[in-house]
Amino acid sequence: MSGHNYMKLAFASRSENEAFARITVAAFVTQLDPTMEQLDEIKTVVSEAVTNAIIHGYNGSEQGTVTVEAIIDGDTLSLTISDEGGGIEDVELARQPLYTSKPELERSGMGFTIMENFMDAFEVETSQGAGTKLRMKKRIESKKALFN
Amino acid sequence: MSLQVELEQHRNVLIVRLRGELDHHTADVVRFKMEDAILRGRCDHVVLSLKDLQFMDSSGLGVILGRYKLVKSRGGKMVISDIQTSVKRLFELSGLFKILSVYETERSAIASLEVVS
Ligand SMILES: Nc1ncnc2c1ncn2[C@@H]1O[C@H](COP(=O)(O)OP(=O)(O)OP(=O)(O)O)[C@@H](O)[C@H]1O
Ligand SMILES: [Mg+2]
Repeated sequence: MSGHNYMKLAFASRSENEAFARITVAAFVTQLDPTMEQLDEIKTVVSEAVTNAIIHGYNGSEQGTVTVEAIIDGDTLSLTISDEGGGIEDVELARQPLYTSKPELERSGMGFTIMENFMDAFEVETSQGAGTKLRMKKRIESKKALFN
Repeated sequence: MSLQVELEQHRNVLIVRLRGELDHHTADVVRFKMEDAILRGRCDHVVLSLKDLQFMDSSGLGVILGRYKLVKSRGGKMVISDIQTSVKRLFELSGLFKILSVYETERSAIASLEVVS
């Protein structure tokens, strides 16, 4: 059991920070002893959320700040990823598989679908002109527990 | 953490090997290098080898789909080889498997194209 732990990361909305964010969260999550598959899922989810903040939230501007918070509580990881960008006009529509507002940038509209599939709980809080906050949870059953 | 793009031409087939992590930050170089090789070289078909691709997210899906459309519009075929489990799941979720054939090895991927051409 890992008890309770917390981390918070704030960084510039630059694309090179996408790898930085997912690698940092993956390193933090190692204490839950996740499988390679779970670690891949978490990295992908962080990458999707941070990329969305940069591309959509801040429209490619590098002046914004993206914030990533992770909480470990027992065997559950909670992730909060937020931006103070433009916000989402229609969340229902945005969450549809294959919906993208930027097809000209070769986006496939799969980010939300991937995040929802890889996490156990997923919530979007957004307000136009104020930004977007994603709250997600994932249970990481310990590998050790599987043998008991 | 970055991405390397290795290009090799085998008759009329362009082999593209991706090594490292494909995300929004590294997608541009893949787009540019593949586009350049497809338009400049005399290759009709593309084999995208993903054996050493350690990470990919939806940005990768976008680039792959974009190059697939380019190759197809020129009358060629694009196939994938050596796909890893994590990348496979993204292909499944996005339905990319329905339009792209996936082969176990580069060799079998090339063989499938030589039947086509
Ligand atoms: N942080 C955000 N701020 C503003 N709009 C957002 C944000 N995240 C997502 N959106 C909106 O939701 C849509 C869907 O997001 P999603 O991640 O599913 O697809 P995408 O980013 O367009 O494509 P992909 O993720 O496949 O590259 C986006 O096109 C955008 O309009
Ligand atoms: Mg996205």
